[in-house]
Amino acid sequence: MPESAASSSPASPQAGADAPVVEFRRVSKTFGAFRAVRDISFTIRKGEFFSLLGPSGCGKTTTLRLLAGFEEPDTDGGEVRLLGEVVNKKRPYERKIAMVFQNYALFPHLTVERNISFGLEMRGTLKVEIPGRVRKAMEMVRLDPGQFARRLPAQLSGGQRQRVALARALVLEPSLLLLDEPLGAIDLKLRKEMQLELKQLNKELGTTFVYVTHDQEEALTMSDRIAVMDNARIAQLGTPAEIYECPRTAFVAKFIGESNFFDGTARERLPDGRFRVQATAGGGSYVVPAGPRVAEGQPVRIAVRPEWLDVFPPDQVPPEENAIAGRIRDVIYLGETLHVLVDLPGEQRVTVALRNEGQLTRPVRWQRGDAAAVAWLPEDCQVLEDE
Amino acid sequence: MNHLKLPYWIMALVTGVYLFLHLPIIALIAFSFNDSKFSTEWTGFTLHWYERLLERQDILDGLKSSIIVGLSATVISTVLGTLMALALARHVFRGRRLVEAFLYVPIVTPEIVVGISLLILFVAMGVPLGLHSVVIAHVAFNVSFVVVVVLARLQGMDRNLEEAAMILGADELTTFWRITVPQLWPGIISGAMLAFTMSFDDYVITSFVTGTGSSTLPVVVYTMVRKNIEPSINAISTVVLVATTVLVIVAERLGRDKPLVADKD
Repeated sequence: MPESAASSSPASPQAGADAPVVEFRRVSKTFGAFRAVRDISFTIRKGEFFSLLGPSGCGKTTTLRLLAGFEEPDTDGGEVRLLGEVVNKKRPYERKIAMVFQNYALFPHLTVERNISFGLEMRGTLKVEIPGRVRKAMEMVRLDPGQFARRLPAQLSGGQRQRVALARALVLEPSLLLLDEPLGAIDLKLRKEMQLELKQLNKELGTTFVYVTHDQEEALTMSDRIAVMDNARIAQLGTPAEIYECPRTAFVAKFIGESNFFDGTARERLPDGRFRVQATAGGGSYVVPAGPRVAEGQPVRIAVRPEWLDVFPPDQVPPEENAIAGRIRDVIYLGETLHVLVDLPGEQRVTVALRNEGQLTRPVRWQRGDAAAVAWLPEDCQVLEDE
Repeated sequence: MNHLKLPYWIMALVTGVYLFLHLPIIALIAFSFNDSKFSTEWTGFTLHWYERLLERQDILDGLKSSIIVGLSATVISTVLGTLMALALARHVFRGRRLVEAFLYVPIVTPEIVVGISLLILFVAMGVPLGLHSVVIAHVAFNVSFVVVVVLARLQGMDRNLEEAAMILGADELTTFWRITVPQLWPGIISGAMLAFTMSFDDYVITSFVTGTGSSTLPVVVYTMVRKNIEPSINAISTVVLVATTVLVIVAERLGRDKPLVADKD
């Protein structure tokens, strides 16, 4: 096959300094009858903080393992490339990358310093250089070498082990660092701290980070770009703002943040290009922006974030806003925000997030059972694709 | 550490159990220094029975055979057993379940049956009886024990450790020696010690497959006991006991990590 021979050559035009650090081209991975990863493609640029985000079983860990070389992709023409070179069949130790494991995977029989020096020894670093680099790596992750170098992993706390695992990877000065849910096992406060530290390390060192997580907040906090995975595919790839503000599917809208969904049918095209949509339940209608996925007579599903919705008395809705009338179900006090739950026709319940302006001084006047309309500006919604 | 004061009856029970377990051994050691031909009364301290050992060529030959057989059988069964445990834990292959099930057959088979069947096999195959037939027999019943012990250790081992080593740059062989083996070391050592003990200790199977001039210590002792018993048996047992204890301590020390740079200051 001449094409595959040409494309698998390391000297292809893509190879070189400006090649993406990572490139997946139509990669699949099947375990027996189970398709863990299905025909995914993406590229990661140098220095990027790239997250693979999704629920368990979505294929994010398999994707990372394909990148590390622990799994080989299916032989259906898909390619995994590192710095432009096809690495489908390369063993993990031929890839010159580093990884932090979910459970840290520190070698229990080796001290902290020997854990950190292991990779340097394996990669043939000069013996005289090793102690200095180990010390530097420990300082980089803020572990005092004098105090911790001679300890065994069993003598460290969870947070300290985490730092050793990070130092063991960073000491290699890798061009690519893989992180498999490294903050999953430590408590919330330390996790927030580590999130910021990781982001800072990524920017300071210029190392490309590929980060696997199921925690959407963590992904939004740290990432330059996020690939949201669902059911062995990439559901959406974009910056945190793109993912949060323009979710393409209902899955993405639900998985990242909260969303309210409205179903209807596009009735007529307005003179300004927008569409009037007939709500499926309740007989109301609303306006949605023009888009490639909206056509007259076709079903339309939109998502609206709780904070983009507002609640008004039914007769006081501003004329430019879409509104659906309903009844207040509950008002939930969350501190920073208040969630107003509103029952709409068709057994639908939506959540409206209001900023808390002080319930003691300026309380919201909504009570359970009040007639109310939820309203949003036509441009503050996302028209969703079918999944 | 919280020191709990135990009720007296528990202390008494524990002391009783330990005495029950160790009193015979203490008696054996004590009587190996007893200046009497009979192990029933204490008549004074002597090293005579230890000197006498050097004159008893049959005991020394038995000890030599036991050590040769024990070490050979231990090394062979530990290597085979460890490799088999690795295969069972790390690879999916046809007939794996069957292999696993048959692993327990030698463990539960009565020794007398193993002894007779091995003898029949050796005779049928024309294998002459001697030290090597004893070694083969010991390997046959030891392998299963080593596999079971090492397998337990392997199943408790984190597979990510090997992956971590590989991504750090270690190839399969280096990973095996630098990470897998040290992790399995306690299991391998206990498997080997179990194998050596059982080999050193075995009378029934050995008595079937041993040939002239290849009698191990238990066989020699048993033959002696049938004729006349003398305290040099106590002496040789004490020597074996001390040697084994030293070995266990040495093996335990070997498993520890050394620092990256030797301490100078």
